Amino acid sequence: MATTTPTLGPLARVTARGAGRRPAGSSRRRAGLAGLAFIVPGFALYLLIIGYPAVQSLLISLRDYQITPGAVSPWIGLDNYVRAFGDPVLGRSFVNAAVYMATTVPTQMLIGLGLAVLLDTVLPGRTLFRVLFYLPVVTSWVIVSLLFQYLFATDHGVVNWFLVDVVGAVDQPVNWLGQRWTAMAAVGALGVWKGVGWSMLIFLAALTGVPRELHEAAALDGAGALRRFRFVTIPFIRGTTVTVLILLVIGGFNVFTSVLLMTGGGPLDQTQVPLTYMYRQAFEYLDFGYGSAVSFLLTSLVLVVAGLQYWLARRSAADGAA
Amino acid sequence: MIAGTRRRRSAVTTVRYVLLVGAAIVLALPFAYMVSTSLKAHSLLLEYPPRLIPSDPTLDNYVQAWGANNFGRYFLNSTFVAIATTAGTVLLASMMAYGFARFRFPGKGVLFGMVVVGLTIPTMMLIIPQFLLAKDLGLLNSLPGLIPFYVGTQIAFSTFLLRAFFEQIPGELDEAMLIDGGGAWRRYWNLAVPLSRPALATVAIFTFLGSWDEFVWALTVINDVSQRTLPIGIALFRGQHGTSWGLVFAASVIAVLPVIVVYVVFQRHLVAGLTNGALKS
Repeated sequence: MATTTPTLGPLARVTARGAGRRPAGSSRRRAGLAGLAFIVPGFALYLLIIGYPAVQSLLISLRDYQITPGAVSPWIGLDNYVRAFGDPVLGRSFVNAAVYMATTVPTQMLIGLGLAVLLDTVLPGRTLFRVLFYLPVVTSWVIVSLLFQYLFATDHGVVNWFLVDVVGAVDQPVNWLGQRWTAMAAVGALGVWKGVGWSMLIFLAALTGVPRELHEAAALDGAGALRRFRFVTIPFIRGTTVTVLILLVIGGFNVFTSVLLMTGGGPLDQTQVPLTYMYRQAFEYLDFGYGSAVSFLLTSLVLVVAGLQYWLARRSAADGAA
Repeated sequence: MIAGTRRRRSAVTTVRYVLLVGAAIVLALPFAYMVSTSLKAHSLLLEYPPRLIPSDPTLDNYVQAWGANNFGRYFLNSTFVAIATTAGTVLLASMMAYGFARFRFPGKGVLFGMVVVGLTIPTMMLIIPQFLLAKDLGLLNSLPGLIPFYVGTQIAFSTFLLRAFFEQIPGELDEAMLIDGGGAWRRYWNLAVPLSRPALATVAIFTFLGSWDEFVWALTVINDVSQRTLPIGIALFRGQHGTSWGLVFAASVIAVLPVIVVYVVFQRHLVAGLTNGALKS
């Protein structure tokens, strides 16, 4: 679900060839049928709700789709895609998403890793901190988006009060949500605030898995804490780092609710991201064909980027091992 | 020197605490401000400079939010949908996971591969064809109509988590039940399900939180006031009441409380589920 914790992406490595245990029994065929019977109800629903729409998504994008009952939706080939490549607002929405990713993903990873390192020890109150840091992750996007809209309000907003009256960094209240880059900064601040707890948790689990003996051996060799972190911890959690990176990048492409509620893509489409733009095309302008083309392009991009990152990580891991 | 090491240790611990407490304060401040705003009388919302501790706290906003605009109705609607979605997902996903984990049949690899592919497709990408599907099925603008879509979107992830768990159940237990004459359903229901309570709890929590918080789909398919869920209600609170942020945040606190309770009580399960899923790669 788009509004909750990121689900596992391609990371959930394709372990399609499951090691099915063979039940001891005379009739293997009957056992196989029983297995199918367990799968059919859930799988049928899955095909209906995910599989069929996935195929439809491509087909709709090749049409000038008419929602009115009885109207014909002519096939128009790649016209929607041609239009997409020439659409400056769509281009801007991709730039916005790229900037959002380039700023929020590294920040979340660094802070998340930092918090995980701080918590990776025997420490009274450890669970309390962990629970607290994760709280923004479980809170709904709707609520935190409204909250940040309020914090970043121009008049009487707490952020402006802090900047103007407490620090004196600016003379005038900033119109945060009324301009492209300040609005993206506010949306990004929300993304980081809501997301660090998730990276923290995943990194913490990985750190717990680093064998103590490795650290002890390195310490005996005279390696200080920083060197041990660099040469023991970092290589050991490389796989997790890639996982977190890919899932956060996918999450970044999927930024939606915060933009929809904080700026609505405005002013004048300045802060559109691909999903808000797709949503507007489909559910405001009822241009389902064009909306589908946008979402198909975005899906392809997500899959390509995720695949590329995964491939690069594997290659560098292989190089490191050689 | 032992004393020196010890002193350095305690210095490190102090630095740890200072940083952790600092981070906790920064992360908690927005929540604190939300609660504080919800406790302020309407006339104090525009006070400047803003106060974190309300000078004259009042529960008026809560009383008003609960009474106003069908909010109680939204709360019940969300509860109903979340519970039904959770029950449906846990049942269907655990059956599917059991089938994948414990049986052999032709095409199993392909079918499971299709489930894994589903993990990589972001839900939002399918919203247009899913909307048209809901329209064809007559499920637009219907609260129960949300349930099959919620179950369908959660089922891949849940199946993936549960399959890994079911595979760890020793085969000897199955065989023992087979000798006792236990059929496939009995082995699933009387053996696998009771043994997998922690994993099932994890899936149940994820599903519950996911559907409780779900916004975009409900926003898209529901029009009727009587069919709305909580997130829609809260988002619309903003528009209807101008800048009545006290009301908005009182409603938000009410909506977020069940989430926090579920999360704090079951956080161990959640952590296990998340990290198992992410680190299996």
